[in-house]
Amino acid sequence: MDTRLVVAIVIVVGLPALLIGYILLIEAVLRLLPGRWQNRLRPWLWIAPALSFLGFFLVYPTINTVVLSLQDKFSKTFVGLANYQYFFSNPDTLVSLRNNVIWIVLLTALAVGVGLLIAVLVDRVRYEPAAKSVIFLPLAISFVGAGIIWRFVYDYAPAGEPQTGLLNAAVTAAGFPPQTWLQDSPTNTIALIIVAVWIWTGFCMVILSAALKGISPELMEAARVDGANEVQVFRRITFPLLLPAVAVVATTMVITALKAFDIVYVMTSGNFQTNVVANQMYKELFTNGQPGRASAIAVVLLVLIVPVMFINIRRFRQQEAIR
Amino acid sequence: MEERIVRRSRVAGSLMAITLLVVACSSGGSSASPAASTPASAPAASASGGESPAASGGALGGSVSVIGTWTGAEQESFMAMVKPWEDQTGAKVEYTGTRDINNILTTGIQSGLLPDLAGLPGPGQMAEYVQAGALKPLNDVIDMTAYTADTAPGLVTLGTVNDQLYGIFIKADIKGLFWYNTGVYKDGAPATYDELLAKGKTTADGIGGEAKTFCVGLESGAASGWPGSDWVEQFVLNGSGPDVYDKWVAGQQKWTSPEIKAAFEAFGNVIANTFGGGKNANATNFVASGDKLFSTPPGCVFVNHGTFITDAFKKTGGATDGQFDFYPFPTMNPAFAGAVEGSGDLFGMFNDTPQAKSLVAYLATPEAQAIWVGRGGALSANKKVTSYPNEILKKAAEALVNAKTFRFDGGDNMPQAMQDAFFKAIVDYAQDPSKLDSILTNLDSVQASSYTP
Repeated sequence: MDTRLVVAIVIVVGLPALLIGYILLIEAVLRLLPGRWQNRLRPWLWIAPALSFLGFFLVYPTINTVVLSLQDKFSKTFVGLANYQYFFSNPDTLVSLRNNVIWIVLLTALAVGVGLLIAVLVDRVRYEPAAKSVIFLPLAISFVGAGIIWRFVYDYAPAGEPQTGLLNAAVTAAGFPPQTWLQDSPTNTIALIIVAVWIWTGFCMVILSAALKGISPELMEAARVDGANEVQVFRRITFPLLLPAVAVVATTMVITALKAFDIVYVMTSGNFQTNVVANQMYKELFTNGQPGRASAIAVVLLVLIVPVMFINIRRFRQQEAIR
Repeated sequence: MEERIVRRSRVAGSLMAITLLVVACSSGGSSASPAASTPASAPAASASGGESPAASGGALGGSVSVIGTWTGAEQESFMAMVKPWEDQTGAKVEYTGTRDINNILTTGIQSGLLPDLAGLPGPGQMAEYVQAGALKPLNDVIDMTAYTADTAPGLVTLGTVNDQLYGIFIKADIKGLFWYNTGVYKDGAPATYDELLAKGKTTADGIGGEAKTFCVGLESGAASGWPGSDWVEQFVLNGSGPDVYDKWVAGQQKWTSPEIKAAFEAFGNVIANTFGGGKNANATNFVASGDKLFSTPPGCVFVNHGTFITDAFKKTGGATDGQFDFYPFPTMNPAFAGAVEGSGDLFGMFNDTPQAKSLVAYLATPEAQAIWVGRGGALSANKKVTSYPNEILKKAAEALVNAKTFRFDGGDNMPQAMQDAFFKAIVDYAQDPSKLDSILTNLDSVQASSYTP
């Protein structure tokens, strides 16, 4: 008990003290140097602590993951690209990769599309806050919770039995046989993506709605005065001005789709050809004890995300330049 | 803090009640407690706890360190079990419960820091510890004649390496029981598995409608498929015998071999005769698998599970005590009749201190095992233990004690990657039985990569 208290005090008090001490020290040292060197060195010395944190918590693990991905399951001997070869030749992982592509396309298109539609539509009604709250609510539910809720929606019982699943109750009421929504590939992956869309649409809507409020009404009014109808106003004025926000939201959704794990784990645990790359990575590491293979998957995921981040950063730079 | 005190006093209360019960039982019993005789003869000089033993006659003093997998309610049951021994000898049991016992013992053998007594993960690990010279034989420690006479032969064999006993079973459980609704199935005990299939089908046809012979529930989150793996294991054990079973679990028997394929096909036959078919089996949680035994009209005749399922019968199936009963797994191949799959808690000795010897001798007795059994949640492999809280458990214990061959759950003893692939294969097979060959080929490739060190 005592030692933990001491450790806590040392961290809370000692760490800031250390950092301030560091700054005072380097300033004292810099004052001894000629002016030209002072200006050259000062920025580097000031960001050195931040850089070292970043290096330790971000760069080092990344490099270590790459190294691990080239080693065997005991992380001892190097096996070259065997783990990558396994990843790209195993039928199970290829299914995961295919599913992630479906996730990226559908989740991004649906969540951003529906979010944009709702943002634009509720902008014109009096009960906007209420409508937005309802759409936003699912984001507050944990993914595991959402997965369990939707498992009830997709629940299956044989024909003739009472249908406890909402969807099958509706389907049978309409006179069709009940379906095993979570077992029939490839529609089961879409069934899972719908859960993610249900969660993330609210997020997209809120960001896009905020961006929409930032567009000055004069622009739209001017267009309407010039005789543009509402569809034209949206296509020529609103959407182009919303594009930066759409790009940010879409990037977030692409990364979310690549990281998709909870919903799949809870609802099908990767069975019935619904596995995704993140679930595969989890399984390789914690179930199969294959850190090499798991690291290889992590590296592949990283490589897939890099271009998205690159495009995003370039866009940010362009916007900065305009300002 | 308050909570802890409350819990302690509750534990103490139950311990006291148990002690009273045991005292009452043993005073009525004919045999004197062996715990008293063994320590009295053993020299009580080198107490492992470092304390000097009490001088009074029979009392040992000192302490025994014990590591086991039991935590929570199970830990309370174990402590209740050793309490009479502690009272009698004056020695203390220092118990540590951990789920990571395999790691602790393996590293302990390397470092030499081992508990006096420990629960062992399984027969395979036990044999490894014996080969490392870490486990001490128990032949001269416990009453061997009584132990071999009263314990299921299959379980004695599992605890034996090179004709020496190294592990005793403190408790055990049994799988592969065919549960039925006593109001629906009235055709008597099936002698063979084929007879069970035939009689089940007759009953199901009599019910008519959608009723089938079996109900199966495979859904269990990330472990979905395990109930089917139990089916396949039972088919391997009862159909092809313990030798094939052991080779298969050890990774030396291919999944594509005729024996294992036949077991999968037998499970495929079960799925074909399952209420709602494979899709419904995959959509049904294992806990709810027995619900259809008790619906009107019933959906099925038999459900295959261990004794734990009776709780679910009552909670989700709405059944009451006496409405259900079971038959042990019937004979598939006469050569392997009486083979039983189950689980058990092996217990071994690493340091032969007088206290440890005395405690092991005590734990092997029916008097000690009756304590845990009486608290519920366990079966004893000892014939003399009869303190079961209900008739069903008593009958299950009889099936266990009469087991000629006893094997641990095979999937649990495979490498994790293998077990995971096994579960997944069950789910895939139940969904589409036509894919059996590719499923088994895939399992072979997992076998090739997951067993190699």
